[in-house]
Amino acid sequence: MTMLKSREAILTGAILLLLILIATRFPGFVAPANLMAVFNDTSPLMILALGQMVVILTRCIDLSVAANLALTGMICAMLNVAFPGLPVAVILIVALACGAVMGAVNGLLVWKLAIPPIVVTLGTMTIYRGIIFLLSDGAWINSHEMSPAFTGFPRTQILGLPVLGWLAILVTAGMALIMARTPMGRSFYAAGNNPHAAVYTGIDVGRAQFRAFVISGTLAGLAGYLWISRYAVAYVDIAGGFELDVVAACVIGGVSIAGGVGTVLGTILGALFLGVIKNALPVVDISPFWQLAISGAAILVAVTFNSRSGRTRGRIILKSVEKAT
Amino acid sequence: MSSIATNTGRKIPDQLTSPASRALRSWESLLLLVAVFIFILNSFASPYFLDPWNLSDATFNFTEKAMIAFAMALLIIAGEIDLSVAAIIALASTAMGIVMQAGFGTPVIVLTGLATGLLCGAFNGLMVTRLGLPSIVVTIGTMSLFRGISFIILGDGAFRGYPDSFAVFGQGYAFWVITVEFVIFALLAVIYAVILHRTNFGRAVFAIGNNPTAALFSGIRVARVKMILFLLTGLMSGLAAVCLTSRLGSTRSSIASGMELEVVTMVVLGGVNILGGTGTIGGVVIAAFVMGLVTFGLGLLNVPGIVMSIFIGLLLIGVIALPRLWSRLRGA
Repeated sequence: MTMLKSREAILTGAILLLLILIATRFPGFVAPANLMAVFNDTSPLMILALGQMVVILTRCIDLSVAANLALTGMICAMLNVAFPGLPVAVILIVALACGAVMGAVNGLLVWKLAIPPIVVTLGTMTIYRGIIFLLSDGAWINSHEMSPAFTGFPRTQILGLPVLGWLAILVTAGMALIMARTPMGRSFYAAGNNPHAAVYTGIDVGRAQFRAFVISGTLAGLAGYLWISRYAVAYVDIAGGFELDVVAACVIGGVSIAGGVGTVLGTILGALFLGVIKNALPVVDISPFWQLAISGAAILVAVTFNSRSGRTRGRIILKSVEKAT
Repeated sequence: MSSIATNTGRKIPDQLTSPASRALRSWESLLLLVAVFIFILNSFASPYFLDPWNLSDATFNFTEKAMIAFAMALLIIAGEIDLSVAAIIALASTAMGIVMQAGFGTPVIVLTGLATGLLCGAFNGLMVTRLGLPSIVVTIGTMSLFRGISFIILGDGAFRGYPDSFAVFGQGYAFWVITVEFVIFALLAVIYAVILHRTNFGRAVFAIGNNPTAALFSGIRVARVKMILFLLTGLMSGLAAVCLTSRLGSTRSSIASGMELEVVTMVVLGGVNILGGTGTIGGVVIAAFVMGLVTFGLGLLNVPGIVMSIFIGLLLIGVIALPRLWSRLRGA
């Protein structure tokens, strides 16, 4: 019963319902090949949302992920233009490192100077975007300037699914392992649920927040290379405003903005929910201009729903206490 | 006498520092010093800076943002935040465009803008006070929702052809080089300073920001005060939409994008604690001038807008980080 009532079950139900509704008019949408394409298309969102989930778990927020993605992507693209022979493995390491450094900057400001995370990441969001302009002089890097290996990597098919999709699965599995099976993963929940109690159990809350930002940054860096190479273009405004989609995926997936509550599966489902809507809009012939308003409305519905379900749980506990006394 | 003094573990000052020295050491006077410094720097950097008409143009860099920043300051002092202000501008401007195309005159257009802002503020306020949701998530949601509605209506098109009489708000001059917008800005600064620092409502705002539970138990209607603050922020965004639309003479769905960041920066730069509880309107006014002068000075030096945003971002983090870094170094 609790399984059925869980956030993950409800979200899965909502996604299935959405797919059935679309399928009644456009059966082609639910063909396995197309669903795989939807999954692949949602992969960057899933990767970023998992990083964001960890940050939100520790009572922080990272609004700089999209800017981090764009800056890392631009650095990778420029590296590729300068050294076309550089193997993809090196580019991937550079991307992860760039992202991690940018995440560490956020994390250090939050940890060592105790500046509110929203202020830090609002600031670094504009700074990272500005640096892209300084690096590129506002110029675009287009597909013909990139090497075939650079742009081909995320599209290489393995068992019918492109590498991009496989990487999302890999990151999901890795994060599920970290969150459930390592002291670090548990420390994120502890730090967000009750920071004071966490301190008494020997967890450094600031360090946990720092690590969360580094994870979020690293994943944003990975997504940066994947994004640039998939769309085969790099410019200043790439993925502009995407940080809101990422936060939306988390909130829809049941990650509580107050910290301490959220699961890897829920976050993935939240991202897929947005991904299905985004991919279905053009199919059911609704203007793509609707997407922004729909994801905004989805955030509001999800957060209202979250607080409702949280509140009933509180009431039940109180009732049992009353009975006991 | 001296033995008593050495026995007590910590020193309790028998006299508070004089108001004059407190005022000198305050955040506002530091900020004022920065403003004067930037002003002097600018006048050396460009020969065109000290021209009265140029300075008058420079005020457009901050007047619209500052209108919202005053209400936002109250909201942040009360422990909430509104990230949807720029989206409210987009929606209000779109609503004004619709009314304009329907053939209505300037008074109706202006009223529509203000009413749309108020409605958006009411929506935010209800979500936060009635449903008890965190304002940051609500306004991240409404930020997409409001601008999304504007996107649905406008797409990549634009509303043009506002009546000539409408231009007075963003392009008119009250007298000599003083713009209408600047007069609105100055009036609002006085009004908000009185509200925050001289009325019971202002005291309630501080009380809520410091401790909402204690405020509630001391008889302050916390939800009502917060609701009023969200309404005010919405109304100010509506007013900023009127001024901005009038100044640009057209409406696009991308209007004022990213402005919420600059408004929050202005408020935080003005010495308002982002966690709530402290802040002054005077600080926000000086911060408005500092940001206006910085962007205008960089503009005269042909620095592109996106590079200016690096300065704004550094300013935002720097003004909070430096005092903390300083006290850490002194403590160590």
